[in-house]
Amino acid sequence: MEPDRSESKRIAFYEVPIYWRWFGFLAAMVIALPLPFLLKNFFIFQLTLAMIYAIAILGLNLLTGFNGQFSLGHSAFYAIGAYTAAVLMDQYNVAYYWTLPIAGIACFVAGFLFGLPALRLEGIYLALATFALAIAMPQILKLSPLEHWTGGVQGIVLIKPNAPFGLPLNPDQWLYFFVFGVALILFACAYNLVGSRTGRAMKAIRDNPVAAKTMGVNLSLYKSLTFGVSAFYTGIAGALGGIAVQFVAPDSFTFGLSVALFVGLVVGGVGSISGALFGAWFVLFVPNIAEQVSKGLAGAVYGVILVLLIYLMPFGLAGLVRLAVMRFVRTRR
Amino acid sequence: MGQMLLEAKNVCAFYGATQVLHGLNLSIAEGGITTLLGANGAGKTTMLRSLCGMVRTTGEIKFTGKKISGQATEDIVRLGIAHVPDGRGTFVRLTVQENLQLGAMTRGDKEGIVADVDRVLGYFPRLRERYRQQAGTLSGGEQQMLAIGRAFMLRPKLMLLDEPSFGLAPLVVQEVFSILKKMNEKEKVSIFLVEQNASLALNLADHAYLIETGRVVMSGPANTIREDENIRRAYLGY
Amino acid sequence: MELFLHQVLAGLATGGIYACLALAIVMIYQAIDHLNFAQGEMAMFSTFIAWQLIQWGIPYWAAFFITLAVSFAGGLVIERVVLRPLHNAPILSHVAIFIALFAILNSAAGFIWDYQVKNFPTPFGTKSILGEGLLSAHDAGMIAITFALLIFLYLFFNFTRTGLAMRAAAANPESARLVGVRVGWMLALGWGMAASIGAVAGMMIAPVVFLEPNMMSSILLYGFAGAVVGGLTSPPGAVIGGLMVGIIENLAGTFIPVIGSELKLSIALALIVLVLTVKPSGLFGRTVVHRV
Repeated sequence: MEPDRSESKRIAFYEVPIYWRWFGFLAAMVIALPLPFLLKNFFIFQLTLAMIYAIAILGLNLLTGFNGQFSLGHSAFYAIGAYTAAVLMDQYNVAYYWTLPIAGIACFVAGFLFGLPALRLEGIYLALATFALAIAMPQILKLSPLEHWTGGVQGIVLIKPNAPFGLPLNPDQWLYFFVFGVALILFACAYNLVGSRTGRAMKAIRDNPVAAKTMGVNLSLYKSLTFGVSAFYTGIAGALGGIAVQFVAPDSFTFGLSVALFVGLVVGGVGSISGALFGAWFVLFVPNIAEQVSKGLAGAVYGVILVLLIYLMPFGLAGLVRLAVMRFVRTRR
Repeated sequence: MGQMLLEAKNVCAFYGATQVLHGLNLSIAEGGITTLLGANGAGKTTMLRSLCGMVRTTGEIKFTGKKISGQATEDIVRLGIAHVPDGRGTFVRLTVQENLQLGAMTRGDKEGIVADVDRVLGYFPRLRERYRQQAGTLSGGEQQMLAIGRAFMLRPKLMLLDEPSFGLAPLVVQEVFSILKKMNEKEKVSIFLVEQNASLALNLADHAYLIETGRVVMSGPANTIREDENIRRAYLGY
Repeated sequence: MELFLHQVLAGLATGGIYACLALAIVMIYQAIDHLNFAQGEMAMFSTFIAWQLIQWGIPYWAAFFITLAVSFAGGLVIERVVLRPLHNAPILSHVAIFIALFAILNSAAGFIWDYQVKNFPTPFGTKSILGEGLLSAHDAGMIAITFALLIFLYLFFNFTRTGLAMRAAAANPESARLVGVRVGWMLALGWGMAASIGAVAGMMIAPVVFLEPNMMSSILLYGFAGAVVGGLTSPPGAVIGGLMVGIIENLAGTFIPVIGSELKLSIALALIVLVLTVKPSGLFGRTVVHRV
């Protein structure tokens, strides 16, 4: 398969002016912050999960959207993050907030190590390798020799942390704000990364690896590092996910999760950081909506919605928003 | 003089929202070699792509009197226009033999095709050596020859060439251009040649057009343009 | 020695399934330069159609060929209606569409025909040939049909005009248009053929693994393994690759004590990873040379 370059052309064309980005950000803050006080616990949990998925999808976006490396295996990194956090909390009584950086680093290493041999693989071959990784992960987690740590098929049960310093928040509300804070930091870092020299190198590798190489970009290093960073993000999301769901088990992290993350990436907008949030919403809520429309044909309804969305927004929801904003901007000039 | 082989009237071409050609007019006479010169980004490649229906255009393009603007590339090709695109467009994973066979895809006369393959290999002996090799392993010059050979297999009335000298060593370019001249004379293939290398093109062509930012700024017999120092200095840089 | 031979033959039997599926996968990759994740589900859906025709009393071979025709048409329609409007969209969007197709077909099959396991007949009979329980007539028939398909495809792609046109359209659509190939229709044709081949694979596989909406999901991995081992650019390689995967899986399961039946799946994975690491183009694939 030829590397896909149409993406970079269109996105560059629709660069949204910075004051619009700030406006969007402030609007999001204003809407997001009071929510936990207005909604029932279950909905707060759903929103928290949406943010967690957004982080995971952002991780995938860094690798696939910005660096052009196709991955269907991110469920594996999500699983490693989740299990790292679970084992640390369950067996070693590590506080939940410390599990995040440790899970992140573990996944970074895992991602980097996977990225190294994957350097030789392009397009479809990389897709197959990551596919194999995704399928292997639940199997590995079920292996008997590891059962002592992983809890085997039954997995590990966790407890949701309480709010610190005696704050008047229930665990769901506290977790919401905690995840919100972590997400904010991670998204900000991603923005910085993408706009920096490193980010430009990443995108150069996506658009034209040979040219990038001739300009002195160390392909092996950048590609492996990107894999590591991408796994880092998704791993932290996995850790948060494990804590939020209060449970980790091998069958929670199947290929289906990788597919969901991938769909979230495309629907949200490849190569768009804000898109990750849109994608997370889609992946979390549309399957439920589909089931409500028709219990027997839930999968079919989901599929049809997905097809329609791709027709209407080939560049994802973020692409559509950009288009709308740019049209508005241009008519005002 | 007779009817023009190809006539383009007021052609504007667009890539998305960007307009690249602004009301271009040109005509290509039958039997000769016409060249389109201009700097990088002037719109030369876009012009060729417009002729083949590969770009969105407005305006009118007629080939042998028939309107071809707005038609699909596959149909325009069947009317007898062969296009050797920017970058050669070789099927790199297919063999030389298969590339040539593809050139004859729209033809039905089996013996004619076999004879023409022989002819092409006669023009380009190097291709005969590499007949069953993967086209991607050929050098730049050989790929250019293959691209021209493939275009010839169509038995076109008009052959469009986009910067055939690009990236080739001078000796190879000489070889290629002399073969183009032969094809034009012996096989009666009219040629429309886009080139950045003005002196080469003007030596080969009968008639020349100059374009600048999507507009024709000069047109005339190649000799005149070649010999006129003012024009050369102003537009062609030598 | 006898055990070894026994396992080889048994491996050949399961390998036949993988080979058939691997061929369908490689076939569509050749035709459209994409890996279609919904391939298995399309095959499964076609097999259900065949089953339904047989339930309505239509004799096996008639149902077989009607299913091939219907699948061909279905593949064509999917390309023209679903994919064509998107030909400008990024590749990743295409993959998302394949995922959507997967979901739609799987769900629809379950809805129309329910999830109960069904028997699917075989035209070859279930008698054992070559001694007791080693290789059934159906297994041999399946391998024979796979090879017949392979020969047909080889001849089609390498010796016919349309085959060459299809390869050109898949490899370089723009250049293909410049030689007059109707690229849109070539892609549609490719999808139609791939759908038909998938249907053959499904109808060969169903008698062994039994027909139900999820029947392809587990086998798909083995099909991919076979395709990767043999080489994604080589249809005969895919078939041999599939057979090899079956044999290796069986031998490893029998002779390496650590690997019980639990880890058989992992063997397929290990094979994929091994081949991709050492020789990504597979045993028989053509390494594509790119001049910089």
